[in-house]
Amino acid sequence: MNILVCVKRVPLTGGKITLTEDEQAIQTRHLGFTVSPHEECAAEEAIRLIEQHGGESVVLTLGPPEAEEQLRDMMAIGIDRAIHLVSDGGEWDPQATAAAIVAAIEADGTAFDLLLFGNESADAGNYQVAVRVAQALRRPCVTGIKAITADGDSLRCEQEVAGGRDVYAVPTPAVVTVKEGINLPRYPSVPGRMRAKRKPLSASEPTRADARLEMVRLVLPPGSSKQAEVLGHGPEAAPRVVEILQEIGVV
Amino acid sequence: MALTLVFAEAEADELSQQAGVFAAGLGHDLQAIAFDPSETYAPAAWAQTLVGLAQERGATAVVGPGTDRGNEVLAHVAAKLDQPMAANCTSVTAGDPVTVVRTRWGGSLLEEARVHGAPLLLTAAPHAVAAAPFAEVEIVTVTDAAGELDRVVRVVERIPASTAGVSLADADVVVSGGRGVGSAEGFSVIEELAALLGGAVGCSRAVTSAGWRPHTDQVGQTGTKISPEIYIACGISGATQHMAGCKGAKRLLAINPDGEASIFASADYAVIGDLHAVVPAISAEIRKVRST
Repeated sequence: MNILVCVKRVPLTGGKITLTEDEQAIQTRHLGFTVSPHEECAAEEAIRLIEQHGGESVVLTLGPPEAEEQLRDMMAIGIDRAIHLVSDGGEWDPQATAAAIVAAIEADGTAFDLLLFGNESADAGNYQVAVRVAQALRRPCVTGIKAITADGDSLRCEQEVAGGRDVYAVPTPAVVTVKEGINLPRYPSVPGRMRAKRKPLSASEPTRADARLEMVRLVLPPGSSKQAEVLGHGPEAAPRVVEILQEIGVV
Repeated sequence: MALTLVFAEAEADELSQQAGVFAAGLGHDLQAIAFDPSETYAPAAWAQTLVGLAQERGATAVVGPGTDRGNEVLAHVAAKLDQPMAANCTSVTAGDPVTVVRTRWGGSLLEEARVHGAPLLLTAAPHAVAAAPFAEVEIVTVTDAAGELDRVVRVVERIPASTAGVSLADADVVVSGGRGVGSAEGFSVIEELAALLGGAVGCSRAVTSAGWRPHTDQVGQTGTKISPEIYIACGISGATQHMAGCKGAKRLLAINPDGEASIFASADYAVIGDLHAVVPAISAEIRKVRST
């Protein structure tokens, strides 16, 4: 079984987002970077599936030169090799992103049985790159998955919905997007980090098509700093808390 | 007059009705479309059906709710038509090109964007506008134009939620613990309060990473999103990733010893103090109130 995991380098935003002066990006001067949490889960899922069924795991990202750090992180937890589509760091819209990924998969030539993505990117949240890749490659696609079991040429995929779980039986090759909670990603070991430095990484520079979903500027949402009513300090606040709970009707 | 098709997850679905109100902002005639309840969910086949209806009727826009299924179906429509799609929009302004405001980072940030495509494909961010019933909902079934590949992905089984305990996503009360809980054992006070309130226990990413709670308990932007009547966040600092997951909560009570914690900026109610003292005191007070 060969699996490709697509990840995105995003800033670790912490508690409060500030923007650059030109309103084109988040101010990241004092921030670290990571892959989206559910994409870490996607990498973990790929590693587990390959531990069970054998095969090769590959991680792909479209991102600036610094995104090599995230590719090495994924290889440190057990992904075998990486494909880096090096961008200038600017915004790629979902159609351009999907087209670059499809071209990279075709150029790589590996017959991937499974393409794994996060359900949406943590930053842009366009909810469509994986679906576009699946449609372009004419592969079935399921999204928002919280459990995957491989069974021969089919994947049993479970999705959390109101009132329970919906199950899909998806023939491979397939495209699956996951949500956080599908697993608990492992931490990289020191030997894992050392090995990751020597694992193969192929880099190329795709050309960005004009954006058809064109970001004009970023805006901080209004009212994101509302004034909380202080009910008290320490355990003495308990009676007031319970009054509120009674007003809401939960006590 | 120009026509907008609105994909409704169900006739009376609140978020789909919000999408209808949102789409009315385009000033077109509206036609709501819902699939017959006998149709099991099949995202690509549903999308192909909507594509057929949009083309047949010359629709200038197709709008859906910004839900898992709304975004998924509209993404398939967009891929099939090779057109741009803007997900989770909070407002739309007609023009050439159409401009939208859409959410990023699970709603922690907004983006103004131009959409260069036709038909216009959008989903409406949940709760950006109030819902109103559709004038009329047209009930459809999957069209013959949906090919084998479109039909292969469909729900084949529904596993009902276990009746033991309340699920995080459906709970009216969620009591959550963060790094401030300090240990797996520390969650006993959180569990006690949740049980008294008939609610579910949640936690932050720091807690699952530390192995104190199963990852299924995690509330967050890319994990489980919750929408309880009240969310009681104990010892949680309020990272954007977590806050995006509990944005749907009607009220937020934060308990944190640090009066400067960023979670207080999103809270309706604040108790400043150590959760290990405050939470048991709340549980004791509930017992006292109930016994009198």
